[in-house]
Parts: sequence; C-alpha cells; structure tokens
Amino acid sequence: MPTLQNTTEEVLRLASEHFKIPVEKLNPHDDFFKTLGINSLQALDLLTRIEQHFRIELPDYELKGVSDFRTLAERIQSRL
Amino acid sequence: MRDFRGEALSWNAKDGAIELVLDRAPCNEIGSATLAELENFTVALETLQRDCHALIISSPRSEGFCAGADLRELYHRSQALPSAERVAGVRDFVERIHRVGNAIDAAPLTTIAAVHGVTFGGGFELALLCDLIVADKMTRFCFPELRLGLIPSFGGIPRLKRDVGNGIVRDLLLTGRSINATKAQAIGLVSQVTGEGDALRVARATAAQVTKFDRDTAIAAKKFIKPIPYAELEQEVDVFCELFTRPTVEAGLRKFVESTDALPYLP
Repeated sequence: MPTLQNTTEEVLRLASEHFKIPVEKLNPHDDFFKTLGINSLQALDLLTRIEQHFRIELPDYELKGVSDFRTLAERIQSRL
Repeated sequence: MRDFRGEALSWNAKDGAIELVLDRAPCNEIGSATLAELENFTVALETLQRDCHALIISSPRSEGFCAGADLRELYHRSQALPSAERVAGVRDFVERIHRVGNAIDAAPLTTIAAVHGVTFGGGFELALLCDLIVADKMTRFCFPELRLGLIPSFGGIPRLKRDVGNGIVRDLLLTGRSINATKAQAIGLVSQVTGEGDALRVARATAAQVTKFDRDTAIAAKKFIKPIPYAELEQEVDVFCELFTRPTVEAGLRKFVESTDALPYLP
C-alpha cells in the first residue's frame, strides 16, 4: 500500500495534469480551490480523476470541508 | 418536423436515427423554455418514429449532459405566485414533464442517452428515460434533491428502481452522493463507458447497429422488457408536491439561488 506521502504526490500530479498547472507550483497544504482557481464543478472532475486513478469510490460528502491536498490524500488513503 | 432548432434544444432525423441535442447555457437546466420544446419534440416524435429505429439524446455543453431542473426559474416563479397557487403551478410543470418522459420512455425506438460530465437530478432522470446509457468516463450521476428538502420529480425514482433496483435508489437518494461512470456501469445503469468526448460517437455506432434489426421485432421486445411504472410515477408527483409546500424547500431554493458557485449543492 502506498504511503500518505506517495498518495499526496500522486494527487498533486493528477491535479497538475488535469488543470495544466506545473506540479512545482502545488503544495500539499495549499487550498486547492484557491491555488487551482476552481469551483465545485471542477473539483468534481478532480474527484472523478482520483477515483479512476486509485480505483476507489470516494463519496463527495466525505470531502465536505476538505480543501487542501494533504487532507484529500488522507481521505483517499482511508479507502485504499 | 424532421429538423428543428430552438432556444434550448434541436433535433434532426437522418439515416433512421433521430438526434435530440440539448444546448442551453450553462448546463441545460430544464425550465419552461426547455419543457415547451420537449413537448414540441414529443409531438414531432409521433411522426418521426414511423420511419426511424433509434433516438439519441446528447449535449455539446462542456459542463455536462444536464444539471437538472432550472431551480432559479422554479424559485422566482414560485415567489411570484401567491403561496396558495405555488403547488398548483409546480404540479402543472411536473405533470407536463412526466407526459414528455412517458412518451420518450415508451417510444417504439431504441433510445440512447449519450452523457458526459454533470448528469444530475432532472438530467439523470432524462437519461433514465432511455433504453441505453452510453457514458463518457468523466460523467457523474447524482440525485441532489434531498439537499433542497425534495425528492426527484421527473420520474427518476420509479425508473431507476425499474432499471437497477431499490438498493441503489436508496443509496443515491438518501446520501445525495454522486457516482462516476465506472460505478454506474458496475451497477448496471450504464451500458457502455467511453473515453473522454467519445460518448456521442459510440451512441451513433450503437444506433447504426440497432437499425439493422427488424423494427417490429425491436418494438415488441422493448414493450415486453421495459414496462412503464405509471402508478409509481403518479405517486412520485404527489410526494414531490406534498414536500414542496414546506418552508424547508423555500429556504433550500433561496440558498441555491443566492449562491454563486457552479454546483451550490455539493458536496
């Protein structure tokens, strides 16, 4: 099973690819809504990418209040 | 009318397939304009279905297939009416959309929804009218209505129960969570998952396949395997209208209308 560090790095990479932002500009503790400049609709696209990549189901209600990559990675980790 | 282009949608019939295209910004929210054009479509369908085998419903909107009912219009129209008349107004709208839905559901054609992105609420219910759902891998399906103090009202509950079963209805309705195309295929809701931007192409290939079969046999098969749950559909309208009278709904709709987010009811 990947470590939380691995999962966080993968999430940053997926967000970087999907929103076409250099991965170096993304930090695990960033508020991804602000850093990526996205709304809830675009966040849903990121959730779909994450579910496909990690082959998990991550109900959107589990992401309520989650806005930084590290916490998102923790939620993913709990489903692996 | 074989070809039509309106404010909210268009259709055309070619090579035995009818294509109904939803195209109203931002994400095909279904309000009075869309409903009126859908009603015109069902009238045209009576003629079109005589020499066609398939119907494809799709959308070119980048945000998705359809975000559901136009809640902003619903709220403003309700507010403009005296409170005693609000339920009658909403019942009229819902009963009209049910007539459209029943006509498409029972149409003697093989019907295919080519969906992508946001397929929520009434948009999900529109897809459920179809015999087959072809979904882009980035599709998400959701019934967010409970967040507003309501239930789906375009026939989604009886049709999802008919097509997939009550367990998944309870899951999606009572949690309000959205599911992706892969999950939707795993539960039997989606027949084919495609790459990004490929749903319409795959739907067209599927339509071309079904036109090879004898039309009368396909009609007989559909009638046998796809009963319309009329009694439950009527019950759904009654439950929806009963819930609509509560103050919770007005507060939920106001919150939605005042929000500036693209999907104010998520997560």
